[in-house]
Amino acid sequence: MTTLTLGKALNAGMRRAMESDPKVLVMGEDVGKLGGVFRVTDGLQKDFGEDRVIDTPLAESGIIGTAIGLALRGYRPICEIQFDGFVFPAADQIITQLAKMPLRSLGALKLPVVVRIPCGGGIGAVEHHSESPEAYFTHTSGLRVVACSNPVDAYTMIQDAVRCDDPIIFFEPKRRYWDKADIDLDAPGLPLDRARVVRPGRDVTLVAYGPMVKTCLEAAAAAEEDGRDLEVIDLRSLNPLDMAVLEESVQRTGRCVVVHEAPIFTGLGAEVAARVSERCFYHLESPVLRVGGFSTPYPPSRLEEYYLPDLDRVLDAVDRTFAY
Amino acid sequence: MVANTPGPASSPEPGPAHGARSDVGAVRPPGASEDAEVLRGYYRQMALIRAFELRSAEMYARAKIGGYCHLNLGEEATVVGLMAALRPSDYLFAGYRVHGYALARGAEPGRVMAELFGRVTGMSGGRGGSMHLFDAGLRLLGGYGIVGGQLPPATGAALAIAYRGAPGPDSEAVMCLLGDGTTNIGAFHEALNLAAVWRLPIVYAIVNNQLGMGTPVEAASGEPELFRRGCSYRIPGERVDGNDVLAVRDAALALMESAREEHRPGLLEAVSYRIRGHSVVDPARYRSAEETQRVRDLDPLPAFRARLIEGGVLDQETAARIDDETERTVTAAIEFADTSPPPPVDTLFDGVYATPVPNVFTGLPGDPPPDGQTTVTTLGES
Ligand SMILES: Cc1ncc(C[n+]2csc(CCOP(=O)(O)OP(=O)(O)O)c2C)c(N)n1
Ligand SMILES: [Mg+2]
Repeated sequence: MTTLTLGKALNAGMRRAMESDPKVLVMGEDVGKLGGVFRVTDGLQKDFGEDRVIDTPLAESGIIGTAIGLALRGYRPICEIQFDGFVFPAADQIITQLAKMPLRSLGALKLPVVVRIPCGGGIGAVEHHSESPEAYFTHTSGLRVVACSNPVDAYTMIQDAVRCDDPIIFFEPKRRYWDKADIDLDAPGLPLDRARVVRPGRDVTLVAYGPMVKTCLEAAAAAEEDGRDLEVIDLRSLNPLDMAVLEESVQRTGRCVVVHEAPIFTGLGAEVAARVSERCFYHLESPVLRVGGFSTPYPPSRLEEYYLPDLDRVLDAVDRTFAY
Repeated sequence: MVANTPGPASSPEPGPAHGARSDVGAVRPPGASEDAEVLRGYYRQMALIRAFELRSAEMYARAKIGGYCHLNLGEEATVVGLMAALRPSDYLFAGYRVHGYALARGAEPGRVMAELFGRVTGMSGGRGGSMHLFDAGLRLLGGYGIVGGQLPPATGAALAIAYRGAPGPDSEAVMCLLGDGTTNIGAFHEALNLAAVWRLPIVYAIVNNQLGMGTPVEAASGEPELFRRGCSYRIPGERVDGNDVLAVRDAALALMESAREEHRPGLLEAVSYRIRGHSVVDPARYRSAEETQRVRDLDPLPAFRARLIEGGVLDQETAARIDDETERTVTAAIEFADTSPPPPVDTLFDGVYATPVPNVFTGLPGDPPPDGQTTVTTLGES
């Protein structure tokens, strides 16, 4: 067992992926000498060299575009986007090329590109630096979208993502980078496409991913004191969704609340709510409710605490599921 | 100053290579034609920016300022020189390293500091923060937090000027600021090309502080002599010593003049140095101790002060008084910011749309629900 922060676990996972496959490359702005703005790639350039850990100019579209070219020729690039809001200059390459090449070649072309994006708020940053852009990507067929929530998963998920032959948008909860856990570095992880029940419970299913998993676990602990037993599911894979785990859970609990930082309006919660409602209609005691950000650009730090879903807002939604 | 006129790129002498410029910081008396009051005004503005930025760093460390905070420390001569070339009727677009420009453009220091503090009295009502200063009255059309985000919109503002009016000495013009690293993003090239083919009244002013975050210019730019990057669009480029406020101003004035009188875009590269890290939280470990010292030695503020004293424009006493006044101005700005309230939570949705839009739900928890949604408040009684 090794104790690692989420950031260090990602670092260890990438290191392992690079050791086991010389075709794995890391590229991004200041990922080498500086080790990235969150130091997630710290030390990799020193150990693997400037050819494998590439400091790029400031050019997100160029980074993803060249990663596509590298992948077409057999490499497995891991691209770092410094902050959520900086992915948009690269959205063109991601949405119009990366997501579509496999289909154009009917699977003959594999695009094992991982795009790592620190996401979410909670660090007192502002717009562009605290956003949750996952729904733009889950909406795009051809991309797999995943989010890790804890160090153990971060370590295996990044390795699985690198091994995957399809492009993956990999979200990292930036405010959880410093969370620590004991990790067995040789234990296999849960497959990338699987959701995990992180806390079993009988009364309500809380569905979350990334930074909100911890918030939901805290809410569940608080609810326990009120005699409510909440189940918490970490989706891990945002596209595709592991419906089997969701259905099994909601059919037991009859109540479901989806929690994310992104604005509720056409957020991932809408998809989860619709799918759960279709599949579990006769088991539901209340509508599937959503807790999320508001329909406004991410606010500056003084208003952040109002914006971000917290324990109270999650528990309030749980209460509402009992009002039906 | 090196001029780079349209045509074959082989022409001029290369500009002074970074770090090898012997003239920087030298004590040269200002030209006889300079108005002493104007020169003292430049010194005052530079001193104000210096004091403002140093105190901002302090306020950040004391958690009065949140988010990210990028300072103009070391760039004061460039900032003041560029702003001196603008008229009130010109438009300014900037990146996220924008405090000094707002101050030199005439923004109330208290309103700038309050914005950094995230208070309602800030120039963007506390909603923009350090990177997104904005003031329509000053024709400061933004701070932009996304690298390169300002370039196409600034070009569009120039198109509006060209569309409305003929070139001439009274034409408005646009200045668009950007950093050295920003020249590598696609938007830069799209913007320059548009400005060239449409002949727009705009000057792109590159503040080459040698680094984009931790990456040196030479590592990131295929043509590290950035003033030459206009060549492929036949946009004339010039490089100036960014530590020389008068040289910056004169070069900018000349390019702004062709922008006005011929509606011809220009590219100015001011070579300066970032004294501290990329943002307040960056310890800049990628820079060696010698380099840090060298950068300190090139500090434009004491150099300009010495130059004015040498030229008889300023005496020690007046200089000390100006420094004192700027300190007091900044202290007052901090007090103003600190005693102003943060934006109330019920203003969270204000301004998201410029006009009232029907059916947009702007509810907070506990508010009455929008159509088709339910809350405990409506269900509790049933
Ligand atoms: C699209 C985008 N990518 C990355 C960033 C992160 N970032 C902010 S500033 C910066 C460096 C910019 O350097 P330069 O243009 O030289 O300006 P300077 O900071 O030196 O003033 C980077 C990489 C960003 N804000 N936007
Ligand atoms: Mg720079």
